[in-house]
Amino acid sequence: MIYQGKQKIWADYQKEIPDNHWFYVRSCIRQNFFPGAEKMFMEICRGLLKKDFFETEHHTTCGGIAYHCDTIPQETVMTIVARQFALMTEAGYENYVASCITSFGNYIEILETWKEFPELETRIRELLWKACRREFNKPKYVAHASDLIYKYRNEIAARAKYRLVNRFTGEPLRAVEHIGCHYAKMFPARGIGGAEYPYVLCGMIESWGGNVIDYPERRHCCGYGFRQYHVKANRGYSLSNTHKKFESMEPYHPDFILTNCPGCPYFMDRWQYVIAETEGKTYGENGYGIPVLTYEELASLVLGYNPWDIGLQLHQVAVEPLLDKLGIEYDPKEKYKGLNEKELMRPELPGVLRCC
Amino acid sequence: MDFGFKLSPSSAINLDKVDLEKFEELHRAEPDVYKCMACGSCTSTCPANKYSGMSMRKVILALQRGKEKEAVSMMRNCMLCGKCTMVCPRGINTRHLILSICRIYEEDVK
Amino acid sequence: MKENIVIVGGGIAGLEAAAQLLELGYKPIIIEKSDRLGGHVADWNCLFPDMSPAKDVVSSLIARSAEANIFLNTEISFVNKLKDSYNIMLSNGISIITRIILMTTGFSLFDASKKEEYGYGIYDQVMTNRDLEDWFNTGDDKRINDSAMNAVGFVHCVGSRDEKARNSQCSKVCCITAIKQAIELKQKFPDAMIYCFYMDLRMFGKKYEDFYINAQRDYGIRFIRGRVSEVGENIDGRVIVKAEDTLSGKPVKVTLDLLVLMAGMVCNPDSTKVANMARLPIDSDGFLKSKDNVADIIESPKEGVFYAGACTGPKTVPETLAEARAAALKIYLYIKGLE
Repeated sequence: MIYQGKQKIWADYQKEIPDNHWFYVRSCIRQNFFPGAEKMFMEICRGLLKKDFFETEHHTTCGGIAYHCDTIPQETVMTIVARQFALMTEAGYENYVASCITSFGNYIEILETWKEFPELETRIRELLWKACRREFNKPKYVAHASDLIYKYRNEIAARAKYRLVNRFTGEPLRAVEHIGCHYAKMFPARGIGGAEYPYVLCGMIESWGGNVIDYPERRHCCGYGFRQYHVKANRGYSLSNTHKKFESMEPYHPDFILTNCPGCPYFMDRWQYVIAETEGKTYGENGYGIPVLTYEELASLVLGYNPWDIGLQLHQVAVEPLLDKLGIEYDPKEKYKGLNEKELMRPELPGVLRCC
Repeated sequence: MDFGFKLSPSSAINLDKVDLEKFEELHRAEPDVYKCMACGSCTSTCPANKYSGMSMRKVILALQRGKEKEAVSMMRNCMLCGKCTMVCPRGINTRHLILSICRIYEEDVK
Repeated sequence: MKENIVIVGGGIAGLEAAAQLLELGYKPIIIEKSDRLGGHVADWNCLFPDMSPAKDVVSSLIARSAEANIFLNTEISFVNKLKDSYNIMLSNGISIITRIILMTTGFSLFDASKKEEYGYGIYDQVMTNRDLEDWFNTGDDKRINDSAMNAVGFVHCVGSRDEKARNSQCSKVCCITAIKQAIELKQKFPDAMIYCFYMDLRMFGKKYEDFYINAQRDYGIRFIRGRVSEVGENIDGRVIVKAEDTLSGKPVKVTLDLLVLMAGMVCNPDSTKVANMARLPIDSDGFLKSKDNVADIIESPKEGVFYAGACTGPKTVPETLAEARAAALKIYLYIKGLE
């Protein structure tokens, strides 16, 4: 691997990201999958870095999943998105940041489509007016939330309590980065580092002290693939794609996987359990899996937040081996305690995948 | 545990894992086997093709991709009429080739 | 004869035209931007289909054109159209008044790193056709390890027939070059498995088809019809190549010790620069536009400006030489017409 070659490509795909004043929209599914992630994004950006991030309870789904599953036509998605833009306009913002990769791809695709077909934009403005009497300005800038953590990565590194270094060996941790398909595959120039060698997550890992692994199936889909998973008859394809990735990354012994998409961490986390139970195979050390994190969760760990406060107990694959390597102190007894010490239910332990 | 779904078999050909020992033997006996450029003349003229799926082009390809069983089961339907030899623009003696395949892949023919 | 003839480019087209014009009694001026003559052919080792050494071709051309006025390391700063001639200002400060310009500006090799998915400049074991010729010439390239060459792949059409790379044209010579290089590698590494990944094989030239049959029958080069979609690097540094075996309709994957990208021919940006100065039109493929693509390929629509070789599109060596000779004759007749 010629690192300078990648740097050359990364230099070609940089984008200017406004530093402040963002209208933040959440993902439909992430709050169920990894509930701490979006909360921590706001905590880091607003609470810690004192940036202006606004969100509203009137925001809805962007329609992305329905669109990609072919259950609603494009005009409908566009009108839903137009309404989100109207909410941004009403709140007085021009920079729009999406938590979800598919939403991000959806927004970019729609804005590019309107650029090519202005008559469609006019029609959507009419539809929106008829539907809910709203008007909108197009955002000046659309970012994905990982773009912002990337932008703030050095500020985070400066405040970091932990580095991505294995405290037992002193070596940098080996990280697999996985980028959601809709981040840059449709519009490579809109992603930091482009589509073939995205830099957005690499930049965070490098800045926080880890080493990035490049393995043969790095670009491959996580396995979610909407219809692959949602149609039960196709679910084996979803599992098989994830399995292919794990088989490919296995020889590199990654310490963790970092992702920037709602679906990817979920499927790479949960399918490790299914692969273990059906194939008897685990990919981490000593029967554990490979912990899968969102970038917000990783940033929070690095900044020293309590792992159980950021929702890591909701992962299928145990994160404890990673916490031990990072030197993060945690109380195993606190793992299943929720807000105000409320005892959460304890999950049944799997037969094969080691989880504690 | 049964989840109602499981790993799907992959249709991909992994050339790293294809054992070409027999094909190399075939190539020594029939150097012209490599000359096939997949034009399909043999298949389109084959009287067995339309009814049985026999295709000389596919047989040659399948043998190179590690699909011996598939190749041999196609070849069972060959009637050795010689039409493919007549039409091959690369002058491959397909009749001779077929007989060599039968000899070399004897175990797969069984 | 005093008539100034300016030849822009000292590759094989420029040298052959100069040699012919010298024989016709003129003393042409060759302007070459680099520090040596021979252009791309001088970088090559052997030429298809008879494996003639490229250096013999180039040195004979240089010897035959030695009497011309040759400016190396020289670029054209600007071109002014005068009433019935051109004023050409060179980067060395010399200005030339001429009625005749012969464009032999050639092509550029497609920058293979633009096809990011193939990982040229990123993965250790990926090289281009030119890098391989360089290895044939020097024997020095850390990508080629004599003791570990078990599998090698060639990717055809890198930057050719590729609208996304903004080159929809076929570069013409890469198919046969790949076959030549595959045979040469097989000769050096007889136990290696050699694959060619192609979309179509375009064996249009004299003896090309024989060369192809040779590669198949006698060297056992394996031709896989399918464009490589993605290259990755293995933990041991070898490359993993994915394509579709379109003849069986199945995806195919193979691990290789070396991957050679057949970078195509694209228009030379310096050619475009000079063309803009002389107000010469550019064709839809980015190469210089001839007066007519059938009958007058070596003539530009501008008075006194002629073309030879790959400045008007991808060409083989013999085609380029033939055009250079034709252009020399055309120029001779043109001057006669002026007198």
